[in-house]
Amino acid sequence: MTLSVALHHRLGDLDADIAFDAPPGVTALFGHSGAGKTTVVNSVAGLLRPDRGRVAVGDWVLYDTERARWLPPHRRQLGYIFQEARLFPHLTVRQNLLYGRWFAGAARRAEGPERIIDLLGIGNLLERRPNGLSGGERQRVAIGRALLSAPRLILADEPLAALDTARKDEILPYFERLRDEVGIPILYVSHSVAEVARLATTVVVLDQGKVVRAGPTASVLSDPAAVQGIAPRELGAVLTARVLCHHADGLSELQTAGGTLFLPRVEAAPGRTLRVRIAAQDVILSTARPEGLSALNILSGTIADLHEGKGPGTLVRIRLGQQDLLARITRRSARAMGLAPGQACHAVIKTVSVAQTDIGQG
Amino acid sequence: MDWLGPEEWQAVRLSLRVSIWATLCSLPLGILTAYALARWRFPGKALVNGLVHLPLILPPVVTGYVLLLGFGTQGPFGAVLSQLGITVAFRWTGAALAAAIMAFPLMVRAIRLAIAAVDPKLEEAAATLGASRPWVFVTITLPLILPGVLAGAILAFAKAMGEFGATITFVSNIPGQTRTVPSAIYAFLQVPGGETAALRLVLVSVAVAMGALLASEVLARRVERTVRGT
Repeated sequence: MTLSVALHHRLGDLDADIAFDAPPGVTALFGHSGAGKTTVVNSVAGLLRPDRGRVAVGDWVLYDTERARWLPPHRRQLGYIFQEARLFPHLTVRQNLLYGRWFAGAARRAEGPERIIDLLGIGNLLERRPNGLSGGERQRVAIGRALLSAPRLILADEPLAALDTARKDEILPYFERLRDEVGIPILYVSHSVAEVARLATTVVVLDQGKVVRAGPTASVLSDPAAVQGIAPRELGAVLTARVLCHHADGLSELQTAGGTLFLPRVEAAPGRTLRVRIAAQDVILSTARPEGLSALNILSGTIADLHEGKGPGTLVRIRLGQQDLLARITRRSARAMGLAPGQACHAVIKTVSVAQTDIGQG
Repeated sequence: MDWLGPEEWQAVRLSLRVSIWATLCSLPLGILTAYALARWRFPGKALVNGLVHLPLILPPVVTGYVLLLGFGTQGPFGAVLSQLGITVAFRWTGAALAAAIMAFPLMVRAIRLAIAAVDPKLEEAAATLGASRPWVFVTITLPLILPGVLAGAILAFAKAMGEFGATITFVSNIPGQTRTVPSAIYAFLQVPGGETAALRLVLVSVAVAMGALLASEVLARRVERTVRGT
């Protein structure tokens, strides 16, 4: 089932004209605040009625101005996970979880709630009140509440933005499991590259109410044109890597299209496919294969293109087989080395520059 | 409880009946009005707000006279009601009507504050979970404002117990029919030797009013706690 969205909406300074498809898996709506992300999500949820447009999940039309169809929010059968959990303070965790399930009716709630309660690890919170919960627990209950309403679509509007780093790391794996186990489209709003890199199957980049770029995560995040709005320090491409083996010295060896990659020990069995975000600023380029380096990882590829930024930096895209890696180096280095598209080059990546949060389930 | 004479008891019982009916019958309308004033935008909102609050500011005798003009047997509403077999003029039902109107602003203000304290985002969340507007109100809004509703009802009840000016103007001061506690106090004070009876009823009034105010304070504090969920 695919969510298709097309809408025009004018609200204050924002003149939104947005169209995209979200296939099953996580589609990240990515962009600065004011880019129109929340406008899109609220239009899909029915909390906002755009001036014109059409929103459909498969052939089930939620909204279509041409056919004068508009379903109110309570009939859209979707699970909305808000930035602030929005749990009902007068109900227990259990009552919160079962709230949407009750409205879903018997036909749609074939499955018992235990699996989802289990998946989210909230079985021990059921009799508590929302206010006694930590931020991370609250958000997990909110996720469970949305899932248990048996939705055809999940909306998540910056569900981690209100949490600190530790809580984010607590919740992210649950979203990965949702993506891999639930099998319905998830529309995920975020302005964090790291979250998008880790979760998204598809990325839709929004800027000032327009779609700048939409496509598979790896190709969007490694496209210098698409990521122009991202702060240079956050830039980074996503590589797909297969776990080969774990070594006794605390390293894991992974296979990528550009060669083997040594990372700090990852929690995944050999044979598993992972996605690894490599920050562009952590990549060193070399035209000859370097020797006598402390860095363990040297990936080989060819330069696809170079993008000069406004500052002193240049963004170099390196083709590794079917994948791309981004390296951010100074313009001065690029000239001194005479880098040009088509040239063979080596990318040097320090093992310890890749954090656990940069590694997600493929 | 024989320290109250039969006439005084009659007044107390009548006041209780009048106030309970006034409160219960105006409560649904009070909730609706408070919700509309807190949440909806509609033309004439300022006018509705003014009308609701008017009895608080007008001299009660004016309110009573307007009621007499409207609901007297010759009045436009009175005529309609009498065709339905309901007479309010010079009956205890009229006293209840007068008390309800005088108490209405207090009730609406208390409930409106409680509604304003409910985060509409919670209601949005309930809607996305499949609850239609009436269900959202019943399962989310109403439980969260319940202490405020109770506080408003208690305040209104206390105000109705004490209503005098509009009642005596509208339905006069007929023993057993429209002679509520305040009217009885007034009547006792008009006859020689009535002061002790009046004083006893004064004590009753003070006790009821104090009790109601305390209860409404306690409940108002609970509104905050329910909405914050602690």
